[in-house]
Amino acid sequence: MSNTVNLTINGFDVSVPKGTTVLEAAELLGIKIPVLCFHKDLCIAGNCRVCVVEQVGSKKLVAACATPVHEGMEILTNSLLVRNSRKHMIELLLSEHNADCTKCYRNGNCELQDLASEYKITNQDFIDLAVSRAYTIDAFSPSILKDDSRCIRCQRCVRTCDELQSVGALAVAHKGDHMKISTFFNKPISEVVCTNCGQCVIHCPTGALIERNYIEEVWTAIADPTKHVVVQTAPAVRIGLGEELGLSPGERVTGKMIAALRRLGFNSVLDTDFTADLTILEEGTELLHRLEKVLVEKDEKYKLPMTTSCSPGWVKFFEHIYPDMLDHMSTCKSPQQMFGALAKTYYAKKIGVDPENIVSVSIMPCTAKKFEANRPEMRDSGYKDVDYVLTTRELAIMIKQAGIEFADLPEEKYDSIMGKSSGAGVIFGTTGGVMEAALRTAYEIVTGREVPFENLNITPVRGLEGVKEAKIKIEGCKPEWKFLEGVELKCAVAHTLANARKVMDLVKSGKADYHFIEVMACPGGCLGGGGQPIPTTPEIRQKRMQAIYEEDMSLPIRKSHENPEVQQLYKEFLGEPYGHLSHKLLHTEYVERQRY
Amino acid sequence: MGKNVLKRIDLIFKHEDDCHEVLQKTLKRSDDELINELIGSGLKGRGGAGFPTGLKWKLTREAQGDVKYVICNADEGEPGTFKDREILATVPYKVLTGMAVCGKIIGATNGYIYLRGEYRYLVKDLEAEINKFHKICDEVGLNFRIKIFLGYGAYICGEESALFESMEGKRGEPRNKPPFPTEFGYMGKPTVINNVETLAHTWTIFKYGAKKFRDLGVQDSRGSKLFSISGDTPIPGIYELELGMTVEEFVEDFGDGDTKAVQVGGASGFCVPRKKFRDIAIGYQGKLTGISLPTGGSMMLFNSSRSMYNVLHNYLEFFAEESCGQCTPCRVGTQQLLQGIKAVKRGEKPAAYLDKLLSLSETMKATAKCGLGQSVANSFQSIVENFREEMIY
Repeated sequence: MSNTVNLTINGFDVSVPKGTTVLEAAELLGIKIPVLCFHKDLCIAGNCRVCVVEQVGSKKLVAACATPVHEGMEILTNSLLVRNSRKHMIELLLSEHNADCTKCYRNGNCELQDLASEYKITNQDFIDLAVSRAYTIDAFSPSILKDDSRCIRCQRCVRTCDELQSVGALAVAHKGDHMKISTFFNKPISEVVCTNCGQCVIHCPTGALIERNYIEEVWTAIADPTKHVVVQTAPAVRIGLGEELGLSPGERVTGKMIAALRRLGFNSVLDTDFTADLTILEEGTELLHRLEKVLVEKDEKYKLPMTTSCSPGWVKFFEHIYPDMLDHMSTCKSPQQMFGALAKTYYAKKIGVDPENIVSVSIMPCTAKKFEANRPEMRDSGYKDVDYVLTTRELAIMIKQAGIEFADLPEEKYDSIMGKSSGAGVIFGTTGGVMEAALRTAYEIVTGREVPFENLNITPVRGLEGVKEAKIKIEGCKPEWKFLEGVELKCAVAHTLANARKVMDLVKSGKADYHFIEVMACPGGCLGGGGQPIPTTPEIRQKRMQAIYEEDMSLPIRKSHENPEVQQLYKEFLGEPYGHLSHKLLHTEYVERQRY
Repeated sequence: MGKNVLKRIDLIFKHEDDCHEVLQKTLKRSDDELINELIGSGLKGRGGAGFPTGLKWKLTREAQGDVKYVICNADEGEPGTFKDREILATVPYKVLTGMAVCGKIIGATNGYIYLRGEYRYLVKDLEAEINKFHKICDEVGLNFRIKIFLGYGAYICGEESALFESMEGKRGEPRNKPPFPTEFGYMGKPTVINNVETLAHTWTIFKYGAKKFRDLGVQDSRGSKLFSISGDTPIPGIYELELGMTVEEFVEDFGDGDTKAVQVGGASGFCVPRKKFRDIAIGYQGKLTGISLPTGGSMMLFNSSRSMYNVLHNYLEFFAEESCGQCTPCRVGTQQLLQGIKAVKRGEKPAAYLDKLLSLSETMKATAKCGLGQSVANSFQSIVENFREEMIY
């Protein structure tokens, strides 16, 4: 039997492999079929019915996203029947929706709004069902705001939380006219297993799930002359921000972003990549320390594998799902929180400002960072280490509000101190990046030689595969690291929490013998984070990833331990990696959480 | 009234105590022979959709799969239907035998009865019957086991793919089709899912031969069928009648002399007004001329004291509540139809708004994901078109 299927769409012939959907076949012909519940990251639902098309000979329309092609099929995507039905779908969705678009956070970037505009739904004949409903707004979480009045029940968020993240914090409850997206016992999302990763937010077609925004708070701080407002920017922001401001995915906008931040009025524009480099020194040292404790001293207090702790979605997931394994997680704070702790200690002292008057803002590709900054543990400077966390999207909003023509901005450089970084810090923004950065440094500390990969590019940990593994044999150790001679360092890299769960279940059942595991909660790592531009698709993530590695290659320093500002920090302030002050300011502990 | 123009059939409820022999004899025949017998009988699904039963078994038999299942759909949820309950209470062995024979033919060793939650009281007796039947299976050397799965009261779970989801421990939401159950059913395995009555009819066909069944009914609507008769009738109850009768004949027998309309097939079926009684037959495809209506067997009679607006309002409330809520046309469409007729009745919308609603119901029929949303249009259109004045005034 042939594996190719021939069909016609709007009279045009197309041959596609068996198993292709009508939607995919139409895409090949350049015919766009509108969708709402469909997302390339997720399984097919076929529930919004916006993509219905006519199959000649059948009285029923079929959902293009959910219908596989078959030989001789004749599809019409724009017949009168299709158009009328599609308009009905949009009208029905609008009738159930709080369609007060001007008061919606997603106004201007909403898939339902786009469709309504495309189909010119100007007369709302159907009865407004939204007004009579007591919709709830859940605003208890510091990260995510859920507004049921904007929900179109496409279940993308449910599928995201379940399939991509294996968290299942969101689910469908009730039926018929009471059907809604809810949580365990309809509790606020701040009280359930939600990891705040924000993947539901970037997969939501409307404004039903949005980040809790802190834009006004930041504007207020900037306007206050008594405040010194410092801003740090995460690695993945510089390769995503452009998309929100009219540039194409994959454009690196580091210099323009810095220029924009200065024009917004931040007193000092600094880089989270600096503390990413610092994280590598702390975490790399911690790993070597653990290896010694476990391999040489057989000290059972120390656990391997050690997992990374930079991704706050992952940290909270770990606390909920593996509360009995918390000592596997590196005690290092994330780069954001390391930065925050230093901003109100080291930095404050250096520039001679009372830490009381420092407002520490971070720009993150992430919604979980908002939760992280609010954790009670994150006050080691004596103040709230990071005051406000904005997503990439919120920064873009501020830039637009300030009337800045982003594309015309000059390329500027970060301020000093805490503004310098290496390429190793930059690649924190992609899956595999922390692992690669750590290996570049740890290998060199132990052997005195560079990692044995061309251009320092550790390709086995790169790419978008869900779980990656790498082994590096350590040979030619310096005398003080003799215990590692001949050890094959086994590493695993996972992105998305579903993949993380796979790896950790292996660890838990004793079936994996890794030494070091990197986990990023979001697909592709931070570049696909819940605070990144909408839409984020597999293709866009690929482009952002490419941009991150280009940024790495473009920097003169590519190894964290060679960052001169980090070296200066240890010399002037911290003493040594994993030392006393580091423990006080840069390391943390975790909380055992319940599953519900 | 009560004229007895229609022949009463007594096949399904006829008590027969030769289960062992019937099963033994049937199992001796080849699979092909049995399938041909079933196809030859003309039996179509008695749940209402009317898919040819023999073909369904044949397709599932031919489907690739190491594990297959037989499921008896006893989630009898259509308003006005109460026949399956009676079958399971009085002649369960006929259903069990049908399932076992099906299992043997398609290559399944496990069968399930998905029992409506409200029929919980049947479980004890049914389990005793199943245990008795398992012994018979053992005696005749058939490896087949049946379990009861209790539903929890959602109408949508009678839709076959939602039923599978429910059995798998998930939310009862219909799946996208294709793939169909014959290839991808319960647990993703090829599955035959049949209505209780359909399985009971296979007993007659295997025991007495296809001819006995085929001699009843007309044309493509062969055999007898159980009807759950309710409403304005002096003799409500369950009756076994031949397919192919006209509504007029039916009303002569069961009406109260003042029948204004008959709702054929429950809330998801069609409303036949008096002026069309003569033209419409009950079955899968017409007598020689005219229209025919398929049905799961619910026949509700309404006399002139009834408001058809209230009837429709009642159905729409039912659908708005029982839609699983998954797909747009069904979830929102049912609410719009309900709120729409209320608004017209109250004078908040002009009478012409009914036309917008009719067009919406047509869209629902064409776009809804499953039979529930698709069939709302049946009662809506047939009531609004035939009783438009009652909707407005």
